[in-house]
Amino acid sequence: MHVVVCVKAVPSTTEVRMDTVTHTIVRDGRQAVINPFDTAALELALRIKDAAGEKGAPAEPVSVSVLSMGIPDTERLLRDALSRGADAAVLLSDRAFAGADTLATSYALACGLAQMPPADLVLCGKMAVDGDTAQIGPEIAGALGVPCVTDVRELAEVGAGRVRVWRGCEGGTELAEAPLPAVLTVAKEAADLRMPSIAGVRFGERARVRVLDAPAAGADPARCGLAGSPTQVVRSFVPQRTSVAVRVEGTVAEQAAQVADLIEGMTL
Amino acid sequence: MSGLVVDAARCVGCRRCEKACATAGIVVEGRLARVTEGCVLCGACVEACPVGALHIEKGAAADAADLAAWQGVWVFCEQDAGAVLPVVFELVAKARELAAARGCAVTAVLGTGADDVALGAGGPADAACARLLAGGADAVLLCRDERLAQRDAEPYAAWLAELARERKPEIILCGATPFGRELAPGVAVRLQTGLTADCTVLEIDPATGLLQQTRPAFGGNLMATIACPAHRPQMATVRPGVFAGLVGAGGAGDADGLAAPVVEDLLARVSEVALDPRATSHVRVLERRLLAEGASIAEAPVLVVAGRGIGSKKNLALVRRLAELLGGEVGCTRPLVEMGWLAYRHQVGQTGVSVAPKLLVALGVSGAIQHLAGIGGAQTVIAVNEDPEAPIMAAATYAVQADCVAFAQELTTRLEG
Repeated sequence: MHVVVCVKAVPSTTEVRMDTVTHTIVRDGRQAVINPFDTAALELALRIKDAAGEKGAPAEPVSVSVLSMGIPDTERLLRDALSRGADAAVLLSDRAFAGADTLATSYALACGLAQMPPADLVLCGKMAVDGDTAQIGPEIAGALGVPCVTDVRELAEVGAGRVRVWRGCEGGTELAEAPLPAVLTVAKEAADLRMPSIAGVRFGERARVRVLDAPAAGADPARCGLAGSPTQVVRSFVPQRTSVAVRVEGTVAEQAAQVADLIEGMTL
Repeated sequence: MSGLVVDAARCVGCRRCEKACATAGIVVEGRLARVTEGCVLCGACVEACPVGALHIEKGAAADAADLAAWQGVWVFCEQDAGAVLPVVFELVAKARELAAARGCAVTAVLGTGADDVALGAGGPADAACARLLAGGADAVLLCRDERLAQRDAEPYAAWLAELARERKPEIILCGATPFGRELAPGVAVRLQTGLTADCTVLEIDPATGLLQQTRPAFGGNLMATIACPAHRPQMATVRPGVFAGLVGAGGAGDADGLAAPVVEDLLARVSEVALDPRATSHVRVLERRLLAEGASIAEAPVLVVAGRGIGSKKNLALVRRLAELLGGEVGCTRPLVEMGWLAYRHQVGQTGVSVAPKLLVALGVSGAIQHLAGIGGAQTVIAVNEDPEAPIMAAATYAVQADCVAFAQELTTRLEG
């Protein structure tokens, strides 16, 4: 069984620092990390691989690949994933991929998947902390024409051509079953990514990261990057938070009395 | 070809673009900016340039005649246990505004499963249609099909995409619920169009007629306005509660009080549509584990949110008691979940749950930006904190500078009395 985990390089913090002179965002000096939701997806994939390697487990071996679209430096993060137990890594890197919205990104990732051994399971983080659209997983599923289960909290069972997972739903969780191949998007709480082993670090240093440009990925340039993105950012701005809070003064008892009156006046 | 273009006549070599770039995608050499292989076309340098020397050039625009064929605003109507979700009425109200600006109609699109197929006319689907029409929709497209019973996004996406191809709506709005967030991307990718998630502002640009979609990014630290100029439909999702203020007293689709002939008139505006025979549902739900009644903080009308300022785990009992007295639920900030004081499902914020209660009482919450990103939908926020400079105090409706535990005790005593 082949499990592919899609990962995204994101800034290590979502804090936005403003240049007080130009009123623009300062982006320098930030170290990219793997999106935290994607690390949970990677750990789930590694657990599937571990379970298949246990004594008495069904014979089918599991291999885990990581796939990313990003600048050449993203290779560093893919090596990190390899050091933690992934078997192979593919990086889609080309100027043609730049400026992609979710549609163009999911197209590129689908092209990347087509260049790899067929995936039985594609795992994505539920969302990325920088864009937080949560659209890539369902769009990949739509592009591949396979089922999608989002917000996976726990993996119950995988094998025999199907996967069973607990996913979030209104008011609780539900056990959902989908036939393979399928796309799952993983919640952050699902798993904490393991630390690399010494052998893993060595493997991560030596292993080959396959870097594919757009032609090598078989991607149509018109559907990639900015050219392939239906949405455009018209403008971006930092929201102004002005203090309009009404101060409730007095002793604690007086404050509590005022707040109790306030609440009483509301229709809840 | 599209890309970042430097206007050499304007560039003064100030290096602000270089500083703004996170990927070394632009460098200044000999007082002139040069784009490198590292550029990911994020646009940060365009914003940073003080002399307007940079712009991102896009390829050919679509044929205007093609775009004009797409008309009308659609709202996808999600149901839960046979009831149309409140977010749908919020979107219908917003759709009315957009439709007024575009001079077009609002269509509610409702899919329903096997139960309703059996019940037919006069069943819950008819009641839902009447409510939607009373709530502001001009027409309803209704599909009764057993394959829509499972709440699997796949057949829904296939259905909506096919319907949109055929009937060409200019705009499709969908609630950013767990189901909607799975469905909308499935529709967008099938139609090869753009989709903007979690919009907080939707308006029509009077100059271009395009839907301007404003949404938070970077955990709410940055707002971006997005347009989808050359593809149709223009698609957006909106979180529950964001447009709650638009739904008037009678606007929530209250059709119960309507006379039978009026309902009949309304139902004349419902068109039944079929689901493609090839559309199949693959995901089956085998079992559900629901939390205690009303325990979902996303939908709670009242929330008492505890932050690190409550000091000790034992004070959670007080927080719970206060929530109980107010008829609400308990939320918390991320540190409390990390310390194991409360389960993840109580976490309010960017990586937790986004909430939209009528009343939110924040006890000892500092108001980290990721947390504030999750409480934007709250109508009234009462913040209690010893530090008057805590960010939550500026974001709140009412700021109470006090020891939050002592305050909570006082308030609890009063409410009990």
